[in-house]
Amino acid sequence: MPAAAPEASRHPRPGEPAASDPAATAVRRREVARVLEDLLPPDCILSREEELRPYECDGLAAYRERPLLVALPRTEEQVCAVVRTCHRLGVPLVARGAGTGLSGGALPHAAGVLLSLTRFDRILNIDPVARTARVQPGVRNLAVSEASAPFGLYYAPDPSSQIACTIGGNVAENSGGVHCLKYGLTVHNVLGVRGCTIEGEIVELGGAALDAPGLDLLAITLGSEGLLLIVTEVLLKLVPKPECAQVVMVSFDDVGKAGEGVAAIIAAGIIPAGLEMMDRQATAAVEPFVKAGYDLSAEAILLAESDGTADEVAEEVAAIESVLRAAGATALSVSRSEAERLRFWSGRKNAFPAAGRLSPDYYCMDGTIPRRALGAVLRAIEAMERKYGLKCLNVFHAGDGNLHPLILFDANKEGQWERAERFGIEILELCVTLGGTVTGEHGVGVEKLNPMCVQFSAAERAAFFAVKAAFDPPGLLNPGKAIPTLARCVEYGRQHIRRGELPHPELPRF
Amino acid sequence: MEGALAELRTAVMEAHRARRPLRLCGGRTKDFYGEGAEGSPLDLTGYRGVVEYEPSELVLTARCGTRLSEIEGELAAHRQFLAFEPPSLGGDPTLGGVIAAGLSGPRRAHAGAARDFVLGAVLLAVDGEALHFGGKVMKNVAGFDVSRLLCGSLGILGPILEVSLKVMPLPREEQTLRFELSEAAALEAFNRWGGQPLPVSATAWWQGLAYLRLSGAPAALSAARARLGGETVEPAAATEWWQALRSQRHALFGAVPSLWRLSVPSPTAPLALTGARLIEWGGALRWYASELPASEVRRIASAAGGTALHWRGGAAGSRFHPLAAPVLAIHRRLKERFDPHGIFNHGRLIAGL
Repeated sequence: MPAAAPEASRHPRPGEPAASDPAATAVRRREVARVLEDLLPPDCILSREEELRPYECDGLAAYRERPLLVALPRTEEQVCAVVRTCHRLGVPLVARGAGTGLSGGALPHAAGVLLSLTRFDRILNIDPVARTARVQPGVRNLAVSEASAPFGLYYAPDPSSQIACTIGGNVAENSGGVHCLKYGLTVHNVLGVRGCTIEGEIVELGGAALDAPGLDLLAITLGSEGLLLIVTEVLLKLVPKPECAQVVMVSFDDVGKAGEGVAAIIAAGIIPAGLEMMDRQATAAVEPFVKAGYDLSAEAILLAESDGTADEVAEEVAAIESVLRAAGATALSVSRSEAERLRFWSGRKNAFPAAGRLSPDYYCMDGTIPRRALGAVLRAIEAMERKYGLKCLNVFHAGDGNLHPLILFDANKEGQWERAERFGIEILELCVTLGGTVTGEHGVGVEKLNPMCVQFSAAERAAFFAVKAAFDPPGLLNPGKAIPTLARCVEYGRQHIRRGELPHPELPRF
Repeated sequence: MEGALAELRTAVMEAHRARRPLRLCGGRTKDFYGEGAEGSPLDLTGYRGVVEYEPSELVLTARCGTRLSEIEGELAAHRQFLAFEPPSLGGDPTLGGVIAAGLSGPRRAHAGAARDFVLGAVLLAVDGEALHFGGKVMKNVAGFDVSRLLCGSLGILGPILEVSLKVMPLPREEQTLRFELSEAAALEAFNRWGGQPLPVSATAWWQGLAYLRLSGAPAALSAARARLGGETVEPAAATEWWQALRSQRHALFGAVPSLWRLSVPSPTAPLALTGARLIEWGGALRWYASELPASEVRRIASAAGGTALHWRGGAAGSRFHPLAAPVLAIHRRLKERFDPHGIFNHGRLIAGL
């Protein structure tokens, strides 16, 4: 994953604790390590500086921190032992999977243990009759689909990092992918989790039966960014692999028209398996090295995928074609082979690496908006490019209104990271103003704590802390992430925007 | 609606101050459901109406008192629907009641449950403040997913004032096939079909007959029909059959002394429970008119990896399957935080909470 602003990371950020006393840290490190050494084999604890360095950031490299130490347990008993120790000693605990997250959710805590679950990498059981996979959290997302393929099944959520990202991380972030309009997010595809509470007790939430008594604690655990529970096992729903899939690639001479095309598909009663959009800057960035055959004269390109039986796909593709022609498509082609389908997708899937080739650094945003606002948001982003003097490529999960503007910058150039960050914040606040959200699938982590102050009122944030306290009374699980404190929001000083209600509706916005 | 909201706020704040329990009421169609709450009724039906519905966004937002019939009527006018098929049990429930109960209909195993379609919700907190969780967009991971936690909460965390739901286009065509199969053979067939790329939208088994509903593009349906065989049920009769199942008008749901609802892994072999039975959700939902003691029913459900809910009738006693101690502890702390004096539907979901 190309790093965003590696150097910029060293700048201290407002609201963050100042670096602690190194001597005191060393003492604490020895103290906690000694207790853990009685519970875990020696190769399960890392405490030397050079061993800790690889863990100092996740996929959002702009934020770095050295953990007190790293624990790499192999068994659930060992996880519980580490958790109980941290509970007893009051040591913060941050769980980590593959470290591909884009919001700093697995950023270590300077005074805490980083609990790496990469050794929990076994698929425990695939039940082709029940259509479930019981896996450990360190199993890679794609490995589940690979192991299920012989049964004609697969695991539907497919975040673009699926080669590397783990199921545990997907659970923490409620990850999406390019097929979630039709097949849902992680929350729709996880049947149950087993995990360890901060008290070191095992709980099972959900399971192979579809209903569970009591409150839906499974739903709130999904996407909780490691603040509620340490997950040790996950039961996934598998779905039958569609017989075939085809993708329609469509050009538009105007981004607004492309946005209307998206709405027209939905209005026609079609739910494509995937519905993605790229603007001209994005296609120009990817085409030179993926050679996907994108129309470089188009202002926007839509990719709409249909899957199902051969007849069903033929019918749906014809319907998509006629809707998009009516919406003003300037060019349209349908994949004629699996190789061509993958080629059409390759550009979209390689948008992030392409941004990395074009620019020393990029900053990826993740806001979601009502689909109807797509065109307006794109035009607003264009204006922001001029305002901040930075370029921005736009790739969207258009079907569900999830935007990934990629702001290009050079961290070695004075002030560029700061401008990129302000650019990003302005996009996110616009999303909230339009009735959307600051994060569709990447999570809040440390990165979007400030925009959370804009999206949620003080009372709403207090309710989130109430949920946190119900699961984790001492507040040791991934503290400081996902939910900003009142103090932080006061310091940030931006007002909470009631979703969808503009503070000054009379002012022109775009 | 400002007036109606102000009244609810005042009522809640006063009840909280006076530590006077409230029983939250919508359409009163599910009064039988749950553990039976104490308290004076708080009528939520006055806070009503569809707030926002944009068919091309696939999102509908409505206030809690809005009747299900009104929502479904508006959706149908745009060829859309609530894919979790919320059951109407002898009346016209409100949206707030539908979400607070969190029950889903025949399509649940294939389309998802009520909570899968909840995008956002507004909760009326004990201090009278309206708290917004989630939103009106398809993907949203900002903050904990409290709106989904509210789905199925039976009001114990507070009144749900407003809900945003993902809605879906109506299938272009539906067809129901019927097969003569034993219970065991039907369970085997449901799970086999579930593993194939077939447009299945509901399954049920009742008195030696297995029903399979297919929904989708005409081409997909005819291909599936050719592959599966079975007897095609005449469309009007099929629609009525599924409607009757969804609203529990089938004979089994009638005058039986005691009705159990078991949630088990779908491939579970026929259970050793006496009495008439009906199977839904590909085998994952099993209804039993059983007069076995509750402890015996619960033991059988637990042994199968599931849980048993005492739906109607029978002796007094807890309706819901008991929770494991650490899970119950989390419930207790959640309730204490959201409703410290226990004024909202006290005891309705869990005895003592």
